[in-house]
Amino acid sequence: MSVVTSFSPVDPHHLGHSNLSLGTEWEEARGHGEGGPASKSVIVSYGFWIFLLSDIVMFSAFFAAYQVLAGTASDAAPSFDLSNVAIETGCLLLSSFLCGVASLCANRRRLFGTEIFLFLTGVLGAVFLTLEIREFVDLIQQHQGPADGAYYSAFFALVGCHGLHITAGLLWLGTMMAQIFAKGFRQDILRRLTCFSLFWHALDIVWVAIFSLVYLMRFAP
Amino acid sequence: MFGRLTWQAIPWSEPIPLIAAGGVGFLLAAVVGWVFVKGYAPYMWKEWITSVDHKRIGVMYCLLALVMLLRGFSDALMMRSQQAVAFHGGGYLPPDHYNQIFSAHGTIMIFFVAMPFVIGLMNFVVPLQLGIRDVAFPTLNSVSFWLTAAGALLVNISLVVGEFARTGWLPYPPLSELQYSPGVGVDYYLWSLQISGAGTLLSGINLVTTILKMRAPGMSYTRMPVFCWTALASNLLIVAAFPVLTAVTAMLLLDRYLGFHFFTNEMGGNPMMFVNLIWVWGHPEVYILVLPAFGVFSEVISTFSGKPLFGYRSMVAATMAICLLSWLVWLHHFFTMGAGADVNGFFGIMTMIIAVPTGVKVYNWLFTMYGGKVRFEPPMLWSIGFMVTFVIGGMTGVLMAVPPADFVLHNSLFLVAHFHNVIIGGVLFGLFAGYNYWFPKAFGFRLDEKWGKRAFWLWFVGFYAAFMPLYVLGLLGMTRRMQHFDRPEWYPWVLAAAAGAGLITLGIGAQIVQLVVSIRNRAALRDITGDPWDGRTLEWATASPPPAFNFAVMPNVKGEEPYWGMKTKARELAHLLTAEPSYQPISVPRNTATGVVTAFFAVVIGFAMIWRIYWLAGIGFVGLYAAFVAFAWRNRSEEEIPAAEVARRDRDNRFVRSSVLAEGASQ
Amino acid sequence: MRLRALALLLCVTAALGGCTQGILDPQGPIADGERLILLDALAIMLLIAVPTILATLWFAWWFRASNRAALYRPTWAYSDKLEVIVWAIPALVVLFLGGVAWTGAHQLDPARPIESSLRPLEIQVVSLDWRWLFIYPEQHIATINRLVIPIGTPVHFRITSSSVMNVFFVPRIGGEIYAMNGMATQLNLLARNVGRFPGLSAQFSGDGFSDMAFNTDVVSEKGFRDFVRGASASSKRLDGSEYISLSRQSTSAEVKLFGKVASGIFDDIVSRRLPPGSGPGPAAQAIMSQKGM
Repeated sequence: MSVVTSFSPVDPHHLGHSNLSLGTEWEEARGHGEGGPASKSVIVSYGFWIFLLSDIVMFSAFFAAYQVLAGTASDAAPSFDLSNVAIETGCLLLSSFLCGVASLCANRRRLFGTEIFLFLTGVLGAVFLTLEIREFVDLIQQHQGPADGAYYSAFFALVGCHGLHITAGLLWLGTMMAQIFAKGFRQDILRRLTCFSLFWHALDIVWVAIFSLVYLMRFAP
Repeated sequence: MFGRLTWQAIPWSEPIPLIAAGGVGFLLAAVVGWVFVKGYAPYMWKEWITSVDHKRIGVMYCLLALVMLLRGFSDALMMRSQQAVAFHGGGYLPPDHYNQIFSAHGTIMIFFVAMPFVIGLMNFVVPLQLGIRDVAFPTLNSVSFWLTAAGALLVNISLVVGEFARTGWLPYPPLSELQYSPGVGVDYYLWSLQISGAGTLLSGINLVTTILKMRAPGMSYTRMPVFCWTALASNLLIVAAFPVLTAVTAMLLLDRYLGFHFFTNEMGGNPMMFVNLIWVWGHPEVYILVLPAFGVFSEVISTFSGKPLFGYRSMVAATMAICLLSWLVWLHHFFTMGAGADVNGFFGIMTMIIAVPTGVKVYNWLFTMYGGKVRFEPPMLWSIGFMVTFVIGGMTGVLMAVPPADFVLHNSLFLVAHFHNVIIGGVLFGLFAGYNYWFPKAFGFRLDEKWGKRAFWLWFVGFYAAFMPLYVLGLLGMTRRMQHFDRPEWYPWVLAAAAGAGLITLGIGAQIVQLVVSIRNRAALRDITGDPWDGRTLEWATASPPPAFNFAVMPNVKGEEPYWGMKTKARELAHLLTAEPSYQPISVPRNTATGVVTAFFAVVIGFAMIWRIYWLAGIGFVGLYAAFVAFAWRNRSEEEIPAAEVARRDRDNRFVRSSVLAEGASQ
Repeated sequence: MRLRALALLLCVTAALGGCTQGILDPQGPIADGERLILLDALAIMLLIAVPTILATLWFAWWFRASNRAALYRPTWAYSDKLEVIVWAIPALVVLFLGGVAWTGAHQLDPARPIESSLRPLEIQVVSLDWRWLFIYPEQHIATINRLVIPIGTPVHFRITSSSVMNVFFVPRIGGEIYAMNGMATQLNLLARNVGRFPGLSAQFSGDGFSDMAFNTDVVSEKGFRDFVRGASASSKRLDGSEYISLSRQSTSAEVKLFGKVASGIFDDIVSRRLPPGSGPGPAAQAIMSQKGM
């Protein structure tokens, strides 16, 4: 069975093209699949990307429903507190950055650095979630909750779906932190950390779409 | 304390579901009791329930499908018999029962017969055809299977505890909203689909990654068997379509549980949006089902004609074209909703365009037979039966793609006949062909041929007898889902359809007999070499059944139809092409209970949410998370099969094949 | 012997019935057009389908393994010419049929008015659970489960639902159109011959769905005037409160006539000034909650 053993430091994720002559391992992961099965880390990341794409399709369905139902909003559209949204966005973007730093620490097998940056990622995610829940409660108290009309239903479902993903991400993050602490930087744990980072960054991208289309533009022409 | 659940949820006063539930319960208890008494329980747990081997999981998927076929078909018999006796009368099934039965029939047949059967075949065959050891994510594979089984379990529980949806297999709002369906039926449907839909999505991700990133050395895309191409297309569709189903189901759940207004009549809800979104999923879904069936036919027709598949590249192009085009036709399911002539015209034309690659495939199969040496074993009979039947079904589909024709045929029995024509004639015939074709590979002995042929003919004639009258009924103006009717001109055709259903019952009976007889005579039907049909693809290079690791050494693929090439050369030389390899130990993934435990908690969550027992649902979520942590925490995910064991299994097969080659040379 | 004769009789009557009933026996220009398109498309498709099926059976039989006369070409797997033909013929057929679909969709669009020298008759249709309400706004009458239209006159329907989705369908006069709450769809039909024709709902709408059959009577001008006069004589009045009681779930298919209709009541239903039907009533709810539903 073909096995990729060495770790090419110049392009560790094999993103380059085959005309870069960097050794025989290139011929094995060229994308035409002629070198046999790819290595486990490639397979795991690829599979997780496919999952992320499917998740984005699901968000698209919620976006589509939002756009359709946004037409039903009377002039009393939700009273968004845009400064709150700005803080939430800042939290999420910063937490994504810190997650990236945590990945760098993990690459260098620095336990303390990894754990502290993952922790900060989680804290910022929790702040985001708190602000969002507070926003939801406020809206409900002002009779702009999901049961008060189709537009609000679509809003709460779309933004809420993203919030649920963040919540699941935080749970996953806590579990990863515990795993790294208990078992160190084992290959499979590193692969899972890569998947978590991808997930967290993807949620950030979805948030950018939500914040632009829902809060700023409200899909209104 | 128990939400809406009370003892009245069990249908004490209704004999039919009570007897059915009692019967099923007794059978289940008998089977489980037999397993325990005979001491098979540890074997079942270790070798099947906790297995992460794609071959075992594939077999379990197919078994689930066949068992649910019996339940779905019983529903069909009840529907046909009710209509046969309900002329100017109430029949024996009151409307609220009848409505549950046809809703369950459609839901079970699509989600718990066709999908598991297709996914099971793909699971079993694709890694073998690609020349590799397992799928990309074996544990995830087990989780996918058990989540599907969990969904099936919930649907069956609804027979005993509570009710099922009374909305049809796609629960259009406003009928499916809480206001018009206040019972738990729609909730059973929604939770069952969410759970099994998650399993299916994971399976799609698994197979896409496997096909795109894990193939034997030398197997470029253009050397992949066509079944793998159709599996790729089908799984790409799963990855892209099932998230939409998840979202729509979630929206309806939010409406029903938390008072959202996605699809309600009032407060701005939009029931038409449900219809659009559900069919954006629904149309790719039918291609998810039929594309692998097309792949089966490509394999079977080429093997049983003794020729390579005609026009490989155009088959691949046609497959990927269908994959793409299936996203552009969804509105043809509701031309009569009043979208206007331009929109209707566009979707009508797109629907016809998708018939072009499908037609191309039929001609390619035709020319595969041309110049061949056709053998009429059961898989080939199913394939020829398909080619005739599917052309008719496709034709009636194109007829209904013309909007004005659909204006008089929408939702009529003509439509019902059309989709059964393509699903039975296309998907089910393909699954039965695949079942007969790959059974020896999975179990080491062939299925009885005589009973296989009888089963085919009974099904084939029975299908026409049951569904051609439905075309006529549609033309006579009969709509679908009627619990009773009073138009005399419909009556003889309804009776004829019931008679046809009886013939199909005999066909199913013949398949059961086939299985029993084959098991009894398995010594005589043994597949010794692993290649009972003179196959052309790599799965026939392994023993039957293959060892856990599939191939002792991963094959090096040097051209299209790699196994055929190797075999032809070996026949010429009268001995195996390669010398005995130096055997290495092989790592295989360890079995794990993650799948079955995840599904257990999924059932707890589903049942608890259906009956609004929220504390129990909370426990379910905690359990799910605990299972996740337990899986993540394990230290060893693989175990090694020692070189000696690998050698033993491989040498047995090499010895048999060499003997057969030597025999062949001396004749 | 008797059984055989009965079966034969059944088959013959059934076969005859196929041609003189249902959508293959249209009674108006819309249904005519729909039938014509259906049969044309069928003929074109049969031109492809029949030879394909025959070729399948013929090739399978001729190239059976035991037939020594058939030439075995074990490596023949591609042909340029055949590829071109195999892609081109379906494509051409689809091109043609696509044109038929486009023009047909426009000519037979339900919202398209029918060309006629006569002024169209306005009828408003409301699907109830589980009956049909027909309102004649210009005649100020309404009926339950009885549709009467004059021969040769174009009829313009506006259709809505009191609750769940239904489909308004009179097979021998024309095509289907959805009935949805909060919206009014349109249908234009014309009946050419006098007679009584069945109508139904073609979208499943709940437990009483099978009872949603109604009769469409096509009558002469005089017959229509008589009908209007007869209905106007009824003392029943269709107003808001009557509508609300009608919108409760019921499978009573009894024909009712209303001699007075509150003006604008259809628009009130569409705009939801009159609320949608409330679904299962308290009695039904009680039974269901007993069963844990």
